[in-house]
Amino acid sequence: MTIQFNDETFRDDYSFYNSERAIKRFPFPFHEDSYMYSVNMEQHRGGPVDSVYEKRFDVDEHYVSEMKDRALVLADDPLRCQSLPHMTLAGWDLLELIMVSKSEDYPDLFELHRDGNTWRWVNKPMGIDHTFTFLDEATLPYGPMEYITRQAQGDFAVLDQRDDNLWMDAGMVTTQADWSLDFDIGMNFFEWHAPVPLAHEKGIFIRALKFLLNIQQGAPARRLNWTMTVNPLLDTSPENYHKWGIQKTTLTPENLGAKQHLRVELQTFFRLPRSNALVFPIRCYLCSFQDLMTVPKWGRRLHRVIRDLPVELATYKGFIDNRPMMLDYLSQFDDGLPTSPGIWPDLDTEPALQK
Amino acid sequence: MSKFTFPESIKSRPIYGTLAPRAGAAHLFIADAHGAEAILDVATPEMMAKGHIIYIPKGEQFEDKLRALNPASFYAGPTYSAAERRIQQTLAQAKMGLQLYLAGTEGLMGQAEAAAMQAGIPHTAIQTEHRGSTARRMQCVHCKGITEDVDTDPFVCSHCGLNLFVRDHYSRRLAAYQGVCIDAEDPGNVPAPKGIYE
Repeated sequence: MTIQFNDETFRDDYSFYNSERAIKRFPFPFHEDSYMYSVNMEQHRGGPVDSVYEKRFDVDEHYVSEMKDRALVLADDPLRCQSLPHMTLAGWDLLELIMVSKSEDYPDLFELHRDGNTWRWVNKPMGIDHTFTFLDEATLPYGPMEYITRQAQGDFAVLDQRDDNLWMDAGMVTTQADWSLDFDIGMNFFEWHAPVPLAHEKGIFIRALKFLLNIQQGAPARRLNWTMTVNPLLDTSPENYHKWGIQKTTLTPENLGAKQHLRVELQTFFRLPRSNALVFPIRCYLCSFQDLMTVPKWGRRLHRVIRDLPVELATYKGFIDNRPMMLDYLSQFDDGLPTSPGIWPDLDTEPALQK
Repeated sequence: MSKFTFPESIKSRPIYGTLAPRAGAAHLFIADAHGAEAILDVATPEMMAKGHIIYIPKGEQFEDKLRALNPASFYAGPTYSAAERRIQQTLAQAKMGLQLYLAGTEGLMGQAEAAAMQAGIPHTAIQTEHRGSTARRMQCVHCKGITEDVDTDPFVCSHCGLNLFVRDHYSRRLAAYQGVCIDAEDPGNVPAPKGIYE
């Protein structure tokens, strides 16, 4: 299907919106009525038609506006994109992976024509038609990782693999859930996850690392993660926290449904062929509470998950102060009926709200 | 001076040991203030015959004792940045078999470790021993400015003036802990500063 790209903003007047289609395909992250950390990894080999799992790199109605927002962030703070010197080859690997995937998965939007190392890349939504020499940096306006990730939604962490560990040695990070690439670059898997509560003790990171070290070419994996954001702000960076933190205090019972957003990350993991690096795209999806409540199953479930979440997690995810107000709102959409297993909206089979 | 035992912390926080003599082609010691005592404890005449000591006294009176160890090369200077070129050159010209010993404050050890990593020495091959002040070298995540010798939490960024809380999250590359605005969600609501380990 042809995508109609929204003209919208993720800052200032926050004109961001989700169409009805975008709401139905929103990656709701809770497969049951409660939540605790788990490795929750599965193969990334497609999914239901028109779901965010269907393509290797999902392109949706927010694409063009998200890329404009990324350009604004980078103009303000170029350190959001960094690559240590040994990571350039991994950048080319990533450029190839994205160009090949998008041109095959969205032939009406992207084209890649290869003649030896002479490549022509056509990105119709962004109006780019560019011929360059593969593996020759001088023929691109940016390094290969920066060039392609200025044209791909979501953040990208490019991880070097050595000493049985993964090292955050390159990345493009402008839509992050409050972590700093500039601070974390060069850290290993345990170090950059150090501030996460509870999960170390549960052995989550040891198991996750073991899984990730063994990801093979052509066999990518995926998982969902989530947090909360007031206003559809993509750039919730620590760098700018002193500016956006105050927005959390603007919630009222009247505006909460429109302002409070569930922020979901579709995290995927691909092995890269030449460098043996691992690329970790972290794609951010935002949906307001009032839009989520149009799906009765999600209304029931979100209330139960937020109500029962351990204090440490609500604190870490930054909404402990607003939780009581969120629960007052969400409880209106929980009639106590059971919910079907799995994340899908099940609009045809789940009953409408009974109150 | 007795050694401070750091409380258990998160995985990015450095852990320091006790310097031990190792066989080596050359021995480079970088220390500040009470770090001198760790060198005095570990030094042997054999190490000092191939030894190079770089020391930042920070007002402490150990310089004469260190000189008396009779290292092949000795330097004492006012600040880490004054010593930095000498450290970089020594590391750049180092041959296989160099042993590196760092002692003193976290800020000194962290910066010397970052310089050694730049020169290609893996951090796991470097010995460290904490002595003296437990103050931290902090990076403000907002303005990126470094404030040295921070011993209270929260503290005021010496560059942008924001009130920052002291995290345990540490970057070896920056040789700094992270400071994050404490009153972003409630401007002006800043708790009274306490010692970091109080």
